[in-house]
Amino acid sequence: MATTTTSGPMTTDNGRLTPTSKKRMPPELSILMVLFGIAALFEVLGWFIVGQSFLANVSRLQIIILQVSVIGIIAVGVTQVIITGGIDLSSGSVVAMTAMIAATFAQDSNWPKIIYPALVDLPFVVPLVVGLAIGALAGFINGWLITKTKIPPFIATLGMMVSARGIARWFTDGSPVSGFTESFTMLGSGLGRWAPVVVFLLVAAFFHVVMRYTRFGKFTYAIGANPQAARVSGINIDAHLIKVYMIAGLLAGLAAMVAIARIKTAQAGMGLMYELDAIAAAVIGGVSLSGGRGRITGTVIGALILGVMLSGFTFLRVDAYYQDIIKGAIIVCAVVVDQHRQNKRKKTS
Amino acid sequence: MSSASVVEAVSVNSAIPQNRNYEYVLEVANVRKEFPGVVALDNVSLRIRPGTVHALMGENGAGKSTLMKIIAGIYQPDKGQVLLRGEPVRLEKPLDAQEAGIAMIHQELLLMNPMTVAENIWIRREPKGRFGLIDHDEMRRRTQDLFDRLNISLDPDAEISELSVANRQMVEIAKAVSFNSDVLIMDEPTSAITETEVAHLFEIIRDLRAKGIGIVYITHKMNELFEIADEFSVFRDGQYIGTHLSSNVTRDDIIRMMVGREVSQMFPKEEVALGDVVLSVKNLSREGVFRNVSFDVRAGEIVGFAGLVGSGRSNVAEALFGVAPADGGAIQINGEFVQIKSPNEAIQHGMAFLTEDRKETGCFLPLTIQENIQSAVLHQKFVNKGFVAEAELAKEAVEICNKLRVKTPGMDEVIENLSGGNQQKVLIGRWLLTHPKILILDEPTRGIDVGAKAEIHSLITQLAHKGVAVVMISSELPEILGMSDRVVVMHEGRVTGILDRAEADQVKIMDLAAQ
Repeated sequence: MATTTTSGPMTTDNGRLTPTSKKRMPPELSILMVLFGIAALFEVLGWFIVGQSFLANVSRLQIIILQVSVIGIIAVGVTQVIITGGIDLSSGSVVAMTAMIAATFAQDSNWPKIIYPALVDLPFVVPLVVGLAIGALAGFINGWLITKTKIPPFIATLGMMVSARGIARWFTDGSPVSGFTESFTMLGSGLGRWAPVVVFLLVAAFFHVVMRYTRFGKFTYAIGANPQAARVSGINIDAHLIKVYMIAGLLAGLAAMVAIARIKTAQAGMGLMYELDAIAAAVIGGVSLSGGRGRITGTVIGALILGVMLSGFTFLRVDAYYQDIIKGAIIVCAVVVDQHRQNKRKKTS
Repeated sequence: MSSASVVEAVSVNSAIPQNRNYEYVLEVANVRKEFPGVVALDNVSLRIRPGTVHALMGENGAGKSTLMKIIAGIYQPDKGQVLLRGEPVRLEKPLDAQEAGIAMIHQELLLMNPMTVAENIWIRREPKGRFGLIDHDEMRRRTQDLFDRLNISLDPDAEISELSVANRQMVEIAKAVSFNSDVLIMDEPTSAITETEVAHLFEIIRDLRAKGIGIVYITHKMNELFEIADEFSVFRDGQYIGTHLSSNVTRDDIIRMMVGREVSQMFPKEEVALGDVVLSVKNLSREGVFRNVSFDVRAGEIVGFAGLVGSGRSNVAEALFGVAPADGGAIQINGEFVQIKSPNEAIQHGMAFLTEDRKETGCFLPLTIQENIQSAVLHQKFVNKGFVAEAELAKEAVEICNKLRVKTPGMDEVIENLSGGNQQKVLIGRWLLTHPKILILDEPTRGIDVGAKAEIHSLITQLAHKGVAVVMISSELPEILGMSDRVVVMHEGRVTGILDRAEADQVKIMDLAAQ
């Protein structure tokens, strides 16, 4: 460590740098405190208003984390898109589209309303792979549009959001698809009903490692921080961005599979506003919308904050309208805090 | 504000110079400013006389910018005060300073690009016509008057985004003058404009000086100081060093004051035995940008590229590195013909490219030094099955930062918090990590302080010693003459001459560059 002189500005002496410099407090810690704070608040309010504990209720906690899982899987992909400086508005519709298409490959022959009689009793891998592939394809189209036609991510994914929803409705003329094989529903209710949580945590852990320890992750941050500098550094931006959008689409597909396996039905209207919840989870978790900054762990905590709040409001019997109003306010607050942090950083430089 | 009160303000302001009862139009007395962990200014004073150009000199991080931000009302001093026309003033926000008659032209011009010249100048003060709506004809007329007075020939209706940097600067100056300011602060106004444009700018500055305006002129360029400044003040490490008449000092005196030590040799050029031709370029062309550019670079050779801004030098560099590939001609590396279609391919061929614009195409501003320095080397080293070998990489990165004498508390410092010179060192470090055989440097020392400059020069020499072929674009003739083995001069997209070190001098180069 170089020692800082007290009189000079920003100048340090010629002390040599060492690779292991002082570790800073990880930014997730403050978000984690917020999570605990909110949970504690509900606990206290619970005793006063409803007369029971909020946290000492295993099934409530399980429901929270199960509900968080689907949004959380999507948010892991959306986080990477946001770190590149982009945005993905299509996740919710991609969930619906992949759910509808893949569901037709997951039906059991004993079910009365079969969409494609030739495609029954298939092993669960088939609908799963179909779902992931369609999700990735949607992501590919997003990425291709953004990199090759240079339209802003907001517009490209807005188009996908509308079209994918249309495909979801058109595919079965709007009728829901149910009657899945037992092996497929295990994806949503296996492992003692913990399967969605396990999938979520595996996905989060995998991409946490990717973002922090691999070249792919480092390049994602570099592109978000300054695409022109990334290009001069030899990074193939177009190819990389397409991959990131494909990951986001693939994870939306995976989330859809987990969701329909859990609720045992696929509907064209499902996944409504999921994209906004996923973006909100990332933003609350400290992912900067200007790109280049944020972590998967932050997003996971952000998703948990959303889940705890949703459950807490229901627990306190707060009207659903108020829930949305408060949720909106919290998202805005998270961005305000992010901006404030950035301004503070700039002023001291 | 109504148009009537603008007129009133004008007459009040212009009345002041006639019965002046103050010696200094602007005085800064014993100002101190601290930021968390850093004393940016310590007991600093500065006095500006009306009708003079007062240059501020100092290395990056000396405190000039902080001081200017205090004068412009962006920062408030912790101690000390600012006096305007002999009276103490409190400037709590930029608007206060503007209304008190202090105008600042920032290095990064602060104009609204999609709006017109006139709209930019009169924003918040637009002349109003019937129903309180903006009177565009009147606004245009006022802009034209202003331009006529200043000898600026620009269309008031042009959009800012269509203008060159120099013309945008003219708009900023016109805007400052339109406030009838008594103090005009200019932060390195010539860093991005051509020689002819500089001459025009200096004419305007002299004109403003004759009108009694006190001009504070921040610059790193020594020759400008002698050309335009009457007085200068030197700062170092947040301290005020002294004020002198520029006619009384030599270049070496100023450098000594700025760095606090002798800079024995600005350009440590050493004779290096030249090796084989490493890079050979034949008739390289890009439609409408440059054509038929041919030159060779040998191992250990430094080839300087001189020319005016816009002569196509940077475009040639971008073509060589695949940022904007050429559409004609041939590139040979070590005798083999190569096609370079992307920066990645250039890196694979052992090339490195330090770009002209640190902020735009160099730094990842929100990322750490470590993350900035590693971005290019990860294509070829320190990666195993996609995973980054963090420990090894950090070790080598730290070694390079120490060698380059990067001043920073640690490798996980965000690069945005470093001074320009230190940012530049990190960017050079990024390319040193890749051990390039061909190093292209575009304005390697632009906007950085004298000390860091000398260090970068000696580093370039060391690299040449090790057999690296260096292409160095620079708009500073002393740098070109001091460092280069040969000088390629460009003019309007063509090579107009290649001079050997022995025959190159300022006159010949300027002759070829201006034709």
